[in-house]
Amino acid sequence: MPMRIRVSKLALFAACLLPLAWLLADTLYGQLGADPVQQITHRSGDWTLRLLLATLAVTPLRRITGYNPLIGYRRMLGLFAFFYACLHFATYLILDLGGFWSEIGADIIKRPFITVGFLAWLSMLPLALTSTRAMVRRLGRRWQLLHRLIYATGIFAVLHFLWLVKADHSEPLLYAAILTVLLGARIDWRRWRRPLARIGASGSKRGN
Amino acid sequence: MSRPEIPTIPASEITDERTFLGRRDLLKSALALAGVGLIGCGQDSASAEAKAAAAEPARIDPPPRPWPGSSKEALTRFEDVTHYNNYYEFGTGKADPANNAARFVARPWTVSVDGECAAPGRVDLDDLLKPALLEERIYRLRCVEGWSMVIPWVGVPLAGVLARFKPTSKAKFVAFETLKDPKRMPGQRSDVLDWPYREGLRIDEAMHPLALLAVGVYGRWLPNQNGAPLRLVVPWKYGYKSSKAIVRIRFTEQQPPTSWNVYAPGEYGFYSNVNPTVDHPRWSQASERRIASDRSLLNARIATLPFNGYADQVAALYTGMDLSRFH
Repeated sequence: MPMRIRVSKLALFAACLLPLAWLLADTLYGQLGADPVQQITHRSGDWTLRLLLATLAVTPLRRITGYNPLIGYRRMLGLFAFFYACLHFATYLILDLGGFWSEIGADIIKRPFITVGFLAWLSMLPLALTSTRAMVRRLGRRWQLLHRLIYATGIFAVLHFLWLVKADHSEPLLYAAILTVLLGARIDWRRWRRPLARIGASGSKRGN
Repeated sequence: MSRPEIPTIPASEITDERTFLGRRDLLKSALALAGVGLIGCGQDSASAEAKAAAAEPARIDPPPRPWPGSSKEALTRFEDVTHYNNYYEFGTGKADPANNAARFVARPWTVSVDGECAAPGRVDLDDLLKPALLEERIYRLRCVEGWSMVIPWVGVPLAGVLARFKPTSKAKFVAFETLKDPKRMPGQRSDVLDWPYREGLRIDEAMHPLALLAVGVYGRWLPNQNGAPLRLVVPWKYGYKSSKAIVRIRFTEQQPPTSWNVYAPGEYGFYSNVNPTVDHPRWSQASERRIASDRSLLNARIATLPFNGYADQVAALYTGMDLSRFH
């Protein structure tokens, strides 16, 4: 790995830890406001979503810029998204539901926003587990297929945010819009035109 | 749920409510009185002072008499009661009302009372603000979002105020309307709700001795972000039933439309009694996170009580009613 990439990876690692450092500092100095548990839940959730979108942005950015080394940062972004998702889930389980664990089962089944939130976390689990170099080699082409699960993660995560909001949907809709662009960028739009071209070609053949 | 934001005023900079001294009080009341003048001033220089005045209005003097039925639970901090608010007229974030209501001037103010009553007219605000008539009542407040506070309100029973207007036998309900003035209430420039904010109670609920017309909190006049100059407090119902900045009270024969019910009829009923057995369609109402004085990260969750713990006093209002149907 060239030195330049190693340094920038280190910088990215540190940058991804900043939200955690900020959260810890605010916790220690009592700066989380009136409802500290909800503040930790929301901030860890926000960063999960942002890092998920950053992970999903790598491939389209690489295509647009033609700068291939970008792909080298994708795993770290994805793993940090998973890290904040775990922090988010743990906050809900330990701090928020503390002492009321009998509600967990019912919450996951009965509350659609918690169901999709749980699914979002669950769908990241196999991706994190197969993120090592050895697993990439072992799974071969199936790795690529498995890791398309992140598209579902993104959709679950945005729905989770959208469904929990009471009235002002502007923030989750912004995330939904970015996700739509990032997923849309993966569709090979030229493919939609090809079949039409083929019909035209075969038609002219028949005419002969 | 709308998302809370980090308060812009660090906790370290907020003087503890209890240690606040008379000298500064004088200063604050002067500032509050000067409030009208501030509107025309250079906005930036005025806003910091106006914010301070709004956050800590003058102390009510002489102090209102304590009410024997007050909750004995630990109070939610003054700083949290005044900086963690749902008041969409000033924005949907929890910190928005404290930030955006600072320059709101709750004077002059009239509350018109009409509808099915023999003596329609106006509530005389100055009459309501006479310290001698006021009492301090510590009530639990349960938000439909699943959090709760313990708040020392200052006010008068709603029943006495309503009785002055002589509601007729046709007055089956009471409708409350909040000020609509997008110039003064920036949140109303967005159509997140259908303005003005409307709420309503059945007449027997409105006449119940627990229903309070509040003009103060924590021994001070109401801060703008808490619904100045006068608001409703109905402690056995979810918080949104307690209208803020009321400008109109109307006695009606038919059940009046209410804002959250109009916005999402499947999620918010007319009655909105706190009920741990009737869930919000999207989340459980069985328990709540108490905005506690210690702001502890652990054990914030407590069980939600039927009628928010006021069942002994109010359950009789609903005898024979299917409370999950009329939620």
